[in-house]
Amino acid sequence: MREVDIAVIGAGPAGLAAALACGRSGATTLLVDYMDAPGGQLIKQTHKFFGSERQFAGTRGIQIPDIFINQLSKMPNVALMWGANASGYYADSGVLTLEDGGKFIKVKAKRVIIATGAAEKALAFENNDLPGVYGAGAVQTLMNVHGVKPGDRVLMVGSGNIGLIVSYQLIQAHVEVVALVEAAGCIGGYLVHAAKLRRAGVPILTSHTIVRALGEQTVRGAVVAQVDHSWQVKPGSEREVACDVICLAVGLTPLVDMMWQAGCEMRYVPALGGHVPVRDENMRASNPAVYVAGDAGGVEEASSAMISGEIAGISAAKSLGFEVEGADARLSQLKADLAAIRSGPTGEKICAGIERAMVCGGEW
Amino acid sequence: MAERETQDDNIVICRCEDITLSEIRDLIAQGYHTIDEIKRVSRAGMGPCQGRTCRQLIARELAIALGVPIEQVEMPTFRPPSRPVLLSTIARGEADE
Repeated sequence: MREVDIAVIGAGPAGLAAALACGRSGATTLLVDYMDAPGGQLIKQTHKFFGSERQFAGTRGIQIPDIFINQLSKMPNVALMWGANASGYYADSGVLTLEDGGKFIKVKAKRVIIATGAAEKALAFENNDLPGVYGAGAVQTLMNVHGVKPGDRVLMVGSGNIGLIVSYQLIQAHVEVVALVEAAGCIGGYLVHAAKLRRAGVPILTSHTIVRALGEQTVRGAVVAQVDHSWQVKPGSEREVACDVICLAVGLTPLVDMMWQAGCEMRYVPALGGHVPVRDENMRASNPAVYVAGDAGGVEEASSAMISGEIAGISAAKSLGFEVEGADARLSQLKADLAAIRSGPTGEKICAGIERAMVCGGEW
Repeated sequence: MAERETQDDNIVICRCEDITLSEIRDLIAQGYHTIDEIKRVSRAGMGPCQGRTCRQLIARELAIALGVPIEQVEMPTFRPPSRPVLLSTIARGEADE
């Protein structure tokens, strides 16, 4: 059985930042991802990041994994493992089970940082299993990673930033977005993204939902309708739109299977996307060997994931006695950066959610 | 009513095990009132995605049927493996390092 100080599960923005912090501290670190290449959602984020320079403002998401990997691969105390499925965590022994190319591997880790990200939420509507019904993540992967158009006419469901950005990327790929429907009375994402769609002539139908997909073998259209304040379809408001793709961007939910397995105290926080581990300010869960980072701790975006990842990394290493000079100052800086990212109108909901997920008093 | 049933027959809740909304509603009506119970009798959530698609949809149905907020719907037990692993991989035992 392999032994490491810290195992980081998931090499998206949070896991990469966590592993780098662990690596710098001198702790033996194993970074695992089940995909064949690191980066998580960054591999499809073709847009430039904004915010501060510390969070890679001006850099495209797809360029960020290499920046981390270049540093990580020079660290003798850091091991990287791609295409490896972390399938279980046994809290009584601190043992992780991994599958790597058909081989079963056990790793005993003194600390585990769970940076497994989030999964897309599904939507129940008639014929939702017709080919042509996609999650927004799949559409983005097809277009931005593989260069494949998902179809010619897309109905987008959901107006959070993912729905808005993927719609715009579809237009950039010369795919028609026939409409965007949003069940709430106003858009969920940033106005700047929605404005781009409106300028491109895309109708944004708020207080609307999808009732059913149309088609026999594949999607040929959809029935959309208005909803009232209790989300019920207004009779007589149904109408058909022609499309060959229905793209669902109805939110994400943290992927926390391993936190449940680890016996961590969990709390249902809708503002963070679902069940999340209760944590302290240093991202430690109720199981003292387990830390959480990024969307697994609450759905936000890549910049805050990198910050919470670094906080988790520094803290996990520190708890084992690995500490670089200035670690405390860096932690304060990171927490201030996180607060700054969460300021502003959209951050309010997140802040309220984080407060609910935080252990009483901020420390265990 | 007949039309309603047909509609629910065409709404897939668990994609891995091909279980529809009408099947889930039937089970709730029969008295299966937790996600774990529904999982045991129908296999919903036991496929390759391990409930990542259906878990929240079933929780929502339970919340509506039982008249409770969704956070009061008990989550199922999470056991390894959280992603599919071939039995032969485990049977071969731990790889030599």
